[in-house]
Amino acid sequence: MNNKNLREEVLRISGVNPKKCMRCGKCSATCPAYDEMEYHPHQFVYMVESGDISSLLDSESLYRCLSCFACIDRCPRNVEPAKLVEAIRLSKIRKQGANHMTANDVPALLDEDMPQQAIVSAFRKYSK
Amino acid sequence: MKVSYFPGCTLKNKAKVLDLYARKSAEVLGVTLEEIDNWQCCGGVFTTARDEVATKLSSVRALMAARDSGQPLVTVCSACHNVIKQTNNAMISDAEFADKANRYLSCDSPYAGDAKVYHYLEMLRDLVGFDALKEKVVNPLNGKKIAAYYGCLLLRPGSVMKMDDPENPTIMEDMLRALGGDAVICGKRNECCGGYIAMESPTLAKKSSNSVVENAIAAGAEMIITACPLCRYNLIKNGSPIPVVYFTEILAEALGIKEDIHE
Repeated sequence: MNNKNLREEVLRISGVNPKKCMRCGKCSATCPAYDEMEYHPHQFVYMVESGDISSLLDSESLYRCLSCFACIDRCPRNVEPAKLVEAIRLSKIRKQGANHMTANDVPALLDEDMPQQAIVSAFRKYSK
Repeated sequence: MKVSYFPGCTLKNKAKVLDLYARKSAEVLGVTLEEIDNWQCCGGVFTTARDEVATKLSSVRALMAARDSGQPLVTVCSACHNVIKQTNNAMISDAEFADKANRYLSCDSPYAGDAKVYHYLEMLRDLVGFDALKEKVVNPLNGKKIAAYYGCLLLRPGSVMKMDDPENPTIMEDMLRALGGDAVICGKRNECCGGYIAMESPTLAKKSSNSVVENAIAAGAEMIITACPLCRYNLIKNGSPIPVVYFTEILAEALGIKEDIHE
């Protein structure tokens, strides 16, 4: 998929309009995963707007989003950056063999107290 | 009163006490939780992409079952509540998604978002009533200082959850007061514990969880309550020095039934 088509797909499946962003930075300010991200929520918005999606596709930042909906709820312009993160992550992992986590990875990541909820949530976010 | 009940995967395994005390407490309050037949896991997190259909079908099936029984659908786990409410909202607000979901399910009567979804806390507030709850308390919490930890999934997105003010909620504090506890308000009660990142990046989960616990202790809390198995896991795993318990445990304790129940 070329870059223009990819951008259109990301906009379509996320339902986000990055042009609504007024550059206040509140999404990144409220993001609990900010320190662990190479690209921060506000950068996802800018970079999708400018069409620079390939850098995002290859970034570990896709897997640091906690799906906590803080940037979605606190954006004063309803841009909802986490929906872009999700759409780009799906564009990546929907490709054959591109899962970020497989069933074989799971046993090493578990401890005896970890709730099932953690495993199913991670799987939903990291693999197709 | 009878309601349809979706327990979810974790309440059948690592969070059995959350489920057990929810059922027993409901009985005392005159509500029967009728477990939906053959329910399937909600998936833990809602996928916001509009073209994701199959991952949302288990929630649509649960919603259909509640509709067919003519009962509200009650969940206890924060995650199930979030996924099912967001799916219900998508069935109402996104016609293309609803059409695809209904085609997959190929049901005689398509689902149009008819079921009413309640978190157990909303059931206490809106169907039972905190005043009625207070009358049933036999073992009040005697002013114990307890912080209500909401986390992210109970309240957000606020426009869809419609449970409480997402930045200044009162529902768990109101429950605590009805049970005779002293509700301690802490600023980070609606910030994320780290969630499923505990699997891949335990350091991030530790940082988020510790910040929540330190904030609750600084506010004077002796105990933290939560509705979410993953919040409880993260807070305890990362060394909370004060107890972190499910809200249904202190509910059962105040209703005087906790001692009668053994796991």
